[in-house]
Amino acid sequence: MKLTINGTIRDAFASTLEELLSELEYEGDWLATALNGELVHRGDRPQCQLAEGDRIEILSPMKGG
Amino acid sequence: MLSLYGTQLPSRLLLGTAQYPSLAILADAVKASAASVATVSLRREAAGGRAGGQFWSLIRSLGIMVLPNTAGCHSVKEAVTTARMAREVFGTNWIKLEIIGNHDTLQPDVFGLVDAARILCEEGFAVFPYTTEDLIVAQRLIEAGCQVLMPWCAPIGSAKGPRNLDALRSLRGHFPEIPLIVDAGLGRPSHAAAVMELGFDAVLLNTAVAKAADPTTMAVAFAKAVEAGREAFLAGLLEPRDMAVPSTPVIGKGVFA
Repeated sequence: MKLTINGTIRDAFASTLEELLSELEYEGDWLATALNGELVHRGDRPQCQLAEGDRIEILSPMKGG
Repeated sequence: MLSLYGTQLPSRLLLGTAQYPSLAILADAVKASAASVATVSLRREAAGGRAGGQFWSLIRSLGIMVLPNTAGCHSVKEAVTTARMAREVFGTNWIKLEIIGNHDTLQPDVFGLVDAARILCEEGFAVFPYTTEDLIVAQRLIEAGCQVLMPWCAPIGSAKGPRNLDALRSLRGHFPEIPLIVDAGLGRPSHAAAVMELGFDAVLLNTAVAKAADPTTMAVAFAKAVEAGREAFLAGLLEPRDMAVPSTPVIGKGVFA
């Protein structure tokens, strides 16, 4: 399945957002996720089904002004 | 004491966390200046990355309030989604709402800003809008539910200092009950003192400290200027006069002619 992850198109096996994070070796409780422009809460990731062409953002804390 | 959305803050200096030579120097600057709030952002984390976690654990160790921003957002939707994501990650309702309308000046898109502020205030966010010095926009932001305003005094990172003191003074006069924080454009401690003397409640700055040759010492210098400006405002400043007025008593002067 092709997904756009943080702006890059790539293949993934995962069927849920939770699985995708493991597949990509993301870990830590500081990540925020969005699917097609909408926030997906941490607790909703296991139920969040992915579909071909979905756009996923995975963000984390960064310096800011 | 400064109160922002019901939180009492011991210092009127808010610092950004970007552009420091190192995280250690950032931490030193925050501690030495006793800044009360640090701004942070959300950015894409590379797969398997740990940078975000390291940064976040350092900020948490400083024990100060965190103000996440929506920096770089150009639309209402982007800013609203970023704010919701920041609330989840940083565990705070505070959001520095920033919607950029122009790439060159980084001027806020005040129309989008008001729309996004309305949405986020309804969702229970404590919105800190990065706005211009425009009085009517300020009114609209307050109507949208904002209880704090953060007008720029010059473009972000420009170090130019207050460009429009009359408008800042007007904002202060029109909204005596709303905490006003000058955000963006401060280059020197004297700039910070100048806006604090007008009665602004606090300042938020980043580049002028982070890009100083010695950021820690500069952060302390800003903290002193903020305090001096605040005390001067409370003490009541002498207004400028057109004519000289002798300070030494005239009566009783010896006559030798």
